[in-house]
Amino acid sequence: MAWWYRFLEILPFEWAQEGQMIFMKNALLAVVLLSPLFAILGTMIVNKNMAFFSDALGHGAFTGVVIGSLFGFVNPIGSAVVFSLVFALLIAVIKHKSRMSGDTVIGVVSSSAIALGLFLITLGGRSFAKVNSYLIGDILSINPKEIGFLFVVLVLVLIFWCLFFNRLLLVSINPSLAGSRGINTFWYETVFSLIVAVTVTVSMSWIGLLVINSFLVLPAASARNIAGNQRQYHLYAIAFSLFSGVSGLLLSYYIETASGPTIVLISSIIFFVTYVFRKR
Amino acid sequence: MNHEAHCITESGRACSGYCCTKIENFGVELGNLKILDNINLHLHCGELTAIIGPNGAGKSTLVKALLGQVPHTGTISFMQANATASKAPVMGYVPQNLNLDPTSPTSVLDLFVAARSSYPVWLLKPRKEVQKVREKLDRVKAGHLVHRKLGALSGGELQRVLLALALDPIPDILLLDEPVSGIDQNGLELFYETVSALRKAFDLSIILVSHDMDMIYKYADRVVLLNRTVLAMGTPEEVFNSESFFEVFSMNWQKRRMKDGN
Repeated sequence: MAWWYRFLEILPFEWAQEGQMIFMKNALLAVVLLSPLFAILGTMIVNKNMAFFSDALGHGAFTGVVIGSLFGFVNPIGSAVVFSLVFALLIAVIKHKSRMSGDTVIGVVSSSAIALGLFLITLGGRSFAKVNSYLIGDILSINPKEIGFLFVVLVLVLIFWCLFFNRLLLVSINPSLAGSRGINTFWYETVFSLIVAVTVTVSMSWIGLLVINSFLVLPAASARNIAGNQRQYHLYAIAFSLFSGVSGLLLSYYIETASGPTIVLISSIIFFVTYVFRKR
Repeated sequence: MNHEAHCITESGRACSGYCCTKIENFGVELGNLKILDNINLHLHCGELTAIIGPNGAGKSTLVKALLGQVPHTGTISFMQANATASKAPVMGYVPQNLNLDPTSPTSVLDLFVAARSSYPVWLLKPRKEVQKVREKLDRVKAGHLVHRKLGALSGGELQRVLLALALDPIPDILLLDEPVSGIDQNGLELFYETVSALRKAFDLSIILVSHDMDMIYKYADRVVLLNRTVLAMGTPEEVFNSESFFEVFSMNWQKRRMKDGN
């Protein structure tokens, strides 16, 4: 991490000086990794109209955290990842097997999950307060080990995107057409859901369940307003995400607000500006 | 240009000098419901076979089953000219439409590169690849559309683009599933003329699911009347004058055609 701290010292900020505000420097690096990760996954979520699904994933992950902390894990993220993988698989299988609309399946599974989580956490008259941090999230709490982990996730997603994005795109355009070219649509859709599930779950404690979906949807939705092909789509989404992430974090430091919501507010402003200037 | 030669039905034997596809004892069941039953068809290369039938006759199910996306009984086998062994045919599929919202930032080039190559479309598209895609599109007079967004194409343009995609690689059987909904009359003529020319140029077997009897009369070599099973089969003349045809469809179209004097 030393190289990053030294790099930041060239910035004219008070907190960026040597030995100052290590948590802020860590958070900034985390945002630089999280932004492209969420922007990239978000492009496909918007392509496939999966915004409701990714929102529901947060609920599943929340319940996973609750179950993990009930069993006394120090870091309940592990159990949360397992739970949200099961959760995402459940939705994928029910959607595949039944003819019910995807929205209904997600609604049923996600409200069951969140109810189970709230039921378990308040069981025996306990307080809800200790899971509050997962609702709002705190990027300033991230430590170098977690940043390393985030970096690995980003690299894995980039590799996946290089190898399989073409097929995912074709499935999203027309599943029968993709099938006629030998693509196993169910497999690709499921693997993508699982990747989103893992990403949302591990990031939840830093970004917060209440706003995490905006990190996925907003940059892609803004990029869609002005992009003419997939390359521009990705480029704009990553640029918007990075810009709102970094500026939102800095702004939240100076005006003393929660960083997650501040970042999302900047993203929404970008959305409305691009909406006004959209390509028709 | 009907091939007079026909398939020898015994399996494992070549079609006499021409390639052909045999669909034998084809059936699809959903739960206890028989959607398709006892379908036997022989398709000759270079011929356009139109499948007609009332709504709910199982036309789209047949297409899905031929693509292997719906479990089915029976076999489909393709035989090269003078070949001794049959193989599973390479299918080219033109869907009815795309489930794509019109604002989607997906260009025609994106669609082609995603389907035919392993260059990640979000990262790079080498100039050589773009040139190749343009050549594929030129086959259907759509080369100028290469950088357009899919959502900005007219119905006719989109169908020609999808046709070009289905022809890459050149398939043994080209499946067109009601490919002309929402196309204006000019686009319609152009589409059918293109398909018609391609069948000769590439010696393709074409299966066309359609409601447009005028176009079928003009362009199809053979017509199959389907309602759960095959009710009638033959040249457009034969099928349109068959009893089953009168039973299945009201006679409106037939009358109109006679009045117009076509």
